[in-house]
Amino acid sequence: MSDDIILKVENVSKSFGGVKAVDNISFTLRRGEVLGIIGPNGSGKTTIINLITGFVEKDSGKVYYKGEDISEWQPHKIADVGLARTFQAMRPYPTLPAYKNIIPPLYSPRARRSARGKLGDRSAVAIDLLEEVGFERDARVPYKLAGALPLGYLKRLELCRCLALMPEMIICDEVFSGLSMSEIVSMVPLMEKLQRDGITLIMVEHRLRELFKIAKKAIVLNFGEKIAEGSPDEIFNDPKVKEAYFGGEDSYVFK
Amino acid sequence: MPELRKERLDRGVKVRSDSIYALSSMKEILYLLGPGLVLILLLLVLPLVVSPYWQRVMAITGVYALLSISFGFLANYVGLVSLGGAFYVGVGGYLSGLLNAAGVPLILSIPIATLLGAVICTLLLLPCLPLRGVYFAIISFIYPLFAGRLIAATGYFGGTDGIPGLDRFPSIWVALYMAIFILLIVLYGLSRMVNYEDVGLVFRGVKDNELAIKASALNLTWYKVQAVFISSAMGTFAGAYLAHLYGWVGMSLFAIDFSILPVAATVVGGSGTLYGPLLGALILVPASESMRAFGTLRIVFYAVLLVFFVVFWTEGILDFLKRKYEQFEHWVRI
Repeated sequence: MSDDIILKVENVSKSFGGVKAVDNISFTLRRGEVLGIIGPNGSGKTTIINLITGFVEKDSGKVYYKGEDISEWQPHKIADVGLARTFQAMRPYPTLPAYKNIIPPLYSPRARRSARGKLGDRSAVAIDLLEEVGFERDARVPYKLAGALPLGYLKRLELCRCLALMPEMIICDEVFSGLSMSEIVSMVPLMEKLQRDGITLIMVEHRLRELFKIAKKAIVLNFGEKIAEGSPDEIFNDPKVKEAYFGGEDSYVFK
Repeated sequence: MPELRKERLDRGVKVRSDSIYALSSMKEILYLLGPGLVLILLLLVLPLVVSPYWQRVMAITGVYALLSISFGFLANYVGLVSLGGAFYVGVGGYLSGLLNAAGVPLILSIPIATLLGAVICTLLLLPCLPLRGVYFAIISFIYPLFAGRLIAATGYFGGTDGIPGLDRFPSIWVALYMAIFILLIVLYGLSRMVNYEDVGLVFRGVKDNELAIKASALNLTWYKVQAVFISSAMGTFAGAYLAHLYGWVGMSLFAIDFSILPVAATVVGGSGTLYGPLLGALILVPASESMRAFGTLRIVFYAVLLVFFVVFWTEGILDFLKRKYEQFEHWVRI
């Protein structure tokens, strides 16, 4: 069923000076699927997110979202059709309380078109949404200044900003990175809930064990190229992946 | 001898009114409303008791106060440092002057010049909106310099002579209270918007984090355009007002004072709010005027005053007063 395809990335490339950050990457994603993107540092994971969501201009290639060519669109227009993203380096408004951080996306045209956007008081909606992602209302966490929140809450705040747009798809840039083990453990059910709610997810990750609790397939990048694609088993047994991560079996590590 | 440390604590009423309101008496309500009421009463009563000369000074102070609030709004709440104040004043003044010279009465020429002027200023600044910080400041500063030279060189709009013989306000009372009412309305409207309206939060988001605004499906440039329009409309009104206060428009409306004084007012009054720049303007303009007796030495005293604030009192007057009002201090042993 081809209408099931929500995102189609076709031969996308980007160079920064002489460095090929993303080299001719293609993949497709069906509605409701969870795709992991993994790879060593500097392999182009964040760049591919920036290319899909319009934050960085592509050198070549096309991106189709729900059959529509969004290759040349501005970031806010892409978010407006329901393709949201988080940032790896969290981007809160530090001088505002956490719940007021959620009001700009609730004020966006997309949110205002929806049923929830017509509810009236956006502060109340914002606090409800923050509670959904784990801000304890009773402990008054939503009222704390975003600049003073610990990392775990900032990651949730990032997610919440996406959820306020009522997205059909979220691209998450390393939601687990930098978190303590207990914070990661509490984050996994949240991601699973998003999946159950029917939101298509792309997760760029280094934490493979947690990633594969949620994602059933992944692509592996190295030096901007896609070196493998498939289920977790297929990926771990791929010789190219082993080489990318461990330097190959003939490297000194194994000798 | 025991060592002492100064401890500052919030007053009870400050704590109770911080996020949830739990006030128990008229006295506490008065405490919260006090500063605003004092400002309003002072502005309304002062014109009745000062001499005609100082009434004119007050009117000019109102113009600078408006420009300072306009600067403070863009700098503190949208993250755009605009030195275009002189350009706004010039555009508003010349537009109103040209309209009035063509026969449009003052009561129409001021609002038309305000709105049309703000549209012109916003369109001209549109290409520079992706710039931030000092880069936006430099470009916005070029406009008034350029416009002044252009008029001098081409001789359009009366050239170096300007356009004389414009309608004046019927009396200084009309002029003065008009400035005061506009100032109070703008102050109330803007502080409401940036603190309680959702669009104000979007503006503050633009200052804090442009990428997050884009990721929130909001058109960054459109919100910057709105903010620049609001801010420049305050400036063009100030210009149109000056045109009819003097009954004359000329190149001096593009004088860089209109761009620079708001910065000085922010330094003196304190940054971060709309009230800091306002307070700064209310102090600096009359201070500069009262030093007129010193002749050219005036500039020296003025500079010394500014240096004092930049070096020794960086928090500004407003933050100092706010601290004294909201907190009490006492010495504790350590």
